Formats: sequence, C-alpha cells, structure tokens
Amino acid sequence: MATLSKQKIGSVLAKQGILIAFAVFIVAFTLANNKFLTVDNVFSVVRSSAILGVMALGVTFVVISGNLDLSVGSMMSFSTIVVLDLHDKIGPFLAIPAMFAMTLCLGAFIGILVGYLRLNSLIVTLGMLSAIHGLTLTYSGGQNMDIADKEGTWFSVFGQGTALGIPVPILIFALLAAVLGLMLSRTPFGRKVYAVGGNGTAATFSGIRRARTVFMCYILSAFCVATAGLIQASRSLGSQNTVGQGLELEVLAAVILGGASLMGGSGTIFKTVIGVLILGFIQNGLLLLGLQFYVQYVVTWVIIILAVWLDIAAKRGRLWSPIA
Amino acid sequence: MQPGALSKALKNGAIWGFIVLELIFFSVAGEFMSLSDTAFMDWENMLLLLKQSAPIGIIAMGMTIVMVNGNIDLSVGATFAIAAIILLDSMTWPFMAAMGDWAIPFAWLFALIVGTLLGALNGLLVWKTGVDAFIVTLGSMLGYRGIVFMFNGENPTSHLNWTLVDFAEAEFLGIATASWFLLAATGAMWFLMTKTVHGRNAYAIGDNREAAVNAGIRVGPHMMINFAIIGFLAALSAVVFYSESGSVNPNDGQLYELWVITAVVLGGTKITGGAGSVIGTFGGVIAIQLLRKGLGHIGADTSTVNLVIGLILIAVLFLDRQLNVKGKEALKV
Repeated sequence: MATLSKQKIGSVLAKQGILIAFAVFIVAFTLANNKFLTVDNVFSVVRSSAILGVMALGVTFVVISGNLDLSVGSMMSFSTIVVLDLHDKIGPFLAIPAMFAMTLCLGAFIGILVGYLRLNSLIVTLGMLSAIHGLTLTYSGGQNMDIADKEGTWFSVFGQGTALGIPVPILIFALLAAVLGLMLSRTPFGRKVYAVGGNGTAATFSGIRRARTVFMCYILSAFCVATAGLIQASRSLGSQNTVGQGLELEVLAAVILGGASLMGGSGTIFKTVIGVLILGFIQNGLLLLGLQFYVQYVVTWVIIILAVWLDIAAKRGRLWSPIA
Repeated sequence: MQPGALSKALKNGAIWGFIVLELIFFSVAGEFMSLSDTAFMDWENMLLLLKQSAPIGIIAMGMTIVMVNGNIDLSVGATFAIAAIILLDSMTWPFMAAMGDWAIPFAWLFALIVGTLLGALNGLLVWKTGVDAFIVTLGSMLGYRGIVFMFNGENPTSHLNWTLVDFAEAEFLGIATASWFLLAATGAMWFLMTKTVHGRNAYAIGDNREAAVNAGIRVGPHMMINFAIIGFLAALSAVVFYSESGSVNPNDGQLYELWVITAVVLGGTKITGGAGSVIGTFGGVIAIQLLRKGLGHIGADTSTVNLVIGLILIAVLFLDRQLNVKGKEALKV
C-alpha cells in the first residue's frame, strides 16, 4: 500500500510536474517582488510571449506528428517583411491575405518534402531556414522595412490595440490556442496527428494517410507563423530582416518544456501554452529581481534538461538512464 | 561489379563531383560576370579559401563523429564563443600577464580544456539522464551562451598579443596556420574514425545501438568521449581564429551549428548515424566555402548564398534518398 501510494505520487508529480513547477515559480517570484503578480505585469508578460506562443502552437502539431520545424524563425521574418512591404503597396486589406498566402506556400513546400517525399524533417527545415532567410533578404534588398504613415494606419491594431480591456495579441493567442487545442483533442484530424507520431507504420496500416497528415501539420505551422508575423509587424510597424532569427529554438524549447516528446506522439496545446508562459514569466521574474537578461538563458537551460529528464525518469521508473 | 556499387561510388564521389562543377561554373561565369580581373581558380584565392574554411571545418570534423555516433550537438557555437573569451580574457589575468609571451600556451591550454569539459558535460548528461542529445545540446546552447554574456555583458572582449597574431598570420610552406590546423584536425579525425577501435565502435553504435550493446560495447563512455572531442575541436577552432582577430563579441559563433551540420550532411554523413566519413565532411566544408566565395566572385550578394545553400542541402537529401532506396517498396509515398 505504501509503495503503491508512493508510485501514485510519483506519477502524479511526473504528469503534472510542469504545472507544479509553474505554480512554484509564480509563488516564489510573487514573494520576491510584489510587482510580479499585478494585472499590468501579467498582461505585459503574456503580450510579449504571444508571438513566441502563437508559433509554438503550430510547432506543437509538427512535433506531435514526429517531425521538427526549424524554419519557423526565418519564416516569421519573411512574413513580417512581406506584410510591411505590401502594406504600403496594396493596402492592409489585401496585404494580410497576400502575406498569409505566401507563407502558406512555404509551409506547403516543406509539407510536400517532409510529408509526401518522406525526407528528414530536421535537414529539410534546416535548409529552409537558410533558404527562406535568403528569400527574405532578396525580397527586401537587405533594407529594413518601414510603414510610411505610422500614425494613420489601422494596421497597428493587431499588435498594439486592446479589446474589452485586453491587449489584442493576447486575444489572438488565446483564441488560436482554444481552436487548435480543440482541433488536436476533439477532432479526427487531431487523433490522426497523434497516431502518425506515435507509430507511423501502424497508422498507415489502419488507413490513415500519413503523408497528408504531416502535410497538414506544416500548413498549420505556417499559418501560425504568418499570424505571429502579423502581430510582430503590427506591433513595431517596421522591421529588420532578422527579426525572427533564433526564435525557432526558443519555440522548440517552449514546446519541449510543455512535455511534447521529440519522438512524436505526445504533447498537448495546453501544456505548450504553459511552456510558453513559464519561459515568459521566468524572463520577466528574473528581470524584476534585477538580474541581467542573460541569466534567463542559464535558468532555461537547467529547467529544460530537468523537465525532460524527470519526465523520462518517471516513464522508465528510474532516475538514471540504463545506458551502460 | 557488385549490385549497388555504382550508386555507392556515385554517392561517395558526389561531393567531389559537385566541387569540380562549382569550380568550372564559377571560372566560366567569372569570366563574364566578375568585377575583378583575377581568375577564380587563382592559387592564392584557393589558399585563402582553405584558410577561411578553417573555423567551420575544424568543428565539422567533430560533428562528423558525433553524428556518425547517432547524436547531434547544437551547442558548438556557444562553446566556440566561451573558448574564445577564455583565450583572450585569461591573458589579462595578473599571473598570466606577468609571464609575458609564455602566457600564450597557457591561454591556449585553458581554452582547450574548457571546451573539452563543456563538451564532456553534454556527453555526460546525454549518457546519464538518457535525454535526447538534440534536447540536451539545445538547452546547453542557451546555457553556454548565457555564460558567455556573464563575462563581459554585451561588450566585446579584446586582447591583442602581437606574438600570437604573428603566429596566427604566419605561413608554413605557403599554407596559413589556420589551414594547417584544419588539415591536422582532418587527418587526426580520419585516423581516429577509420583506424582505431573507438572509431569503429562509433559507427557500430550509430548504426544499431541495440546490437552494439549486445556486442558488449559500452555506449555511454563512447558518446561522452565523442562529445568531449567536438568540444575540444570547437575550442581549437576558436583558439585558431581569435589568436588572429584578438576580439570576440558575445554573439560570435551564433548559427555556427547550422553551418557545421550543413557541411557534414553535404559530405554524406547520415543524420540517423552509422554512416559518414571525415573526408566527405572535408569535401562538404570546401563545397560550402567555394559556393560562398564563388557567388561573391560573380557579384551575387549574401542573400543568394543562403538561398542556394538551403536548396542544395534539400536537393542532396532528396538525391541521397533516391540512391538509397532498396526496391520499389520504399518509393511508395
């Protein structure tokens, strides 16, 4: 009985470990600094995490399907630059759908390579990281992109506006998280994504079109990236070519922190959101404590490895790996 | 000829064929499009190319054995930066400064030891926790970068020692110091991977880990040694490069991991482990540098380089798959 309950506690800790860690962080930072848990601060943290968060939602689908996406950072730069450029050329009404269409094309290209041609997703998206960066530079001619009339455009609403007292980026993030979360957990498509990532061969034999499922995951990822690019462009109304550089790894860190396995087949949208918020609140909490921004890198390092390690340890029932 | 021998020869020779193709293309195109009068195939130009390949190339040699072993290391760029800071910062420490030029070998030693230890730490974590190398090194990529910033904040770390600069700029038999280190690293890793038990075990582990364990190979220590090797080589690359430049920014080495992995994959190393060679990686490194230099020669800007390299990487992966398929079954989508 005693061992049983001990195991139970262990499995509960392992399953909800990330939530418990999140709660501990919140309490610790609140005790350390009374500015931490105020409405203003929470809003500002979530708002600045929204771009990373929106991208992480799409990458969650890709990772659950058993693949990787390292191209989201440079793809986000691409959509930001494109929408800013088109804003002045054809107006925001046409610029936004045009940018979404172009970004989705890139996503479709990756989806064909990884889904239908079955190429290794790590290398394909690594190549696309470089290629899309080149594409962005060619498009912009290496120049920073700025909107001419920054005051007079309604385009800034996506990044700077508020509705019902809540900043719009947070609303977009929450809405997208809700829709994609339901899609993943309540629809046949979502179940197919888990099946393909869990055991691709078994999924194929049970009649799931694996290639199409993977393809759709990359389309979803590209859609999320385009949304993130829209928020980024609207927030700053001007941008460098490298605005998304390095984000792909931060996004992946958030998804992994949420407990999605890189082997595929596990992870949820809710946990990814928690992963994103943990990264955001750690960054903010450490800054409020007066620490430099780079301390968060080291803290993130420790947290990522601990989180994944404990997750694996709970599954195999022992702390240290059995590798000789 | 044995069945499959042709495709094997095609695969192994592909990177060299590609290099020849690049040389021809850029020489011919350079005649019409180049702004400078000198030919692309100039001897001086080729020697410079070898020297410029050194920073990525030296690290790529380590990445080859790590990837053949079935792992990956994303933290090499950050290790590179830490080693560079140790090299330059240590020469200003009081007891080191008192030694005059004798501080140089110690500074090199410190940087190389730190690089090796950081690599070994990655390996130890992969071994003992059982967490995937991709995640461990993704984490330490962030963590090590944080440590880089802790030295000097966002300011560059600089120290110029003219003896050191003279050494780094020296040429022996017409070949620059950095190039010699690249050749030495290539030679040493070639020997390690083809002529020693450790090298053969690395292939065995990457090819089939279960079988390697059953054959009595201790997988953990092998992985850790390989991570220590790549850490050492990342530090060596930094030491060679910053001996000459004498100043390091905290962001230096960012995205190096991506360039290194690109070179290794172009050179024919399988991302899943078990296959690859140092000679192929050397070809991959040269091919990338040729492409950068060649595109610059015919007046294309950096954006084209990124675009072309990305697409070539995907094309190589596609061709590799087509050459690897066994029977029609695998072609089914």
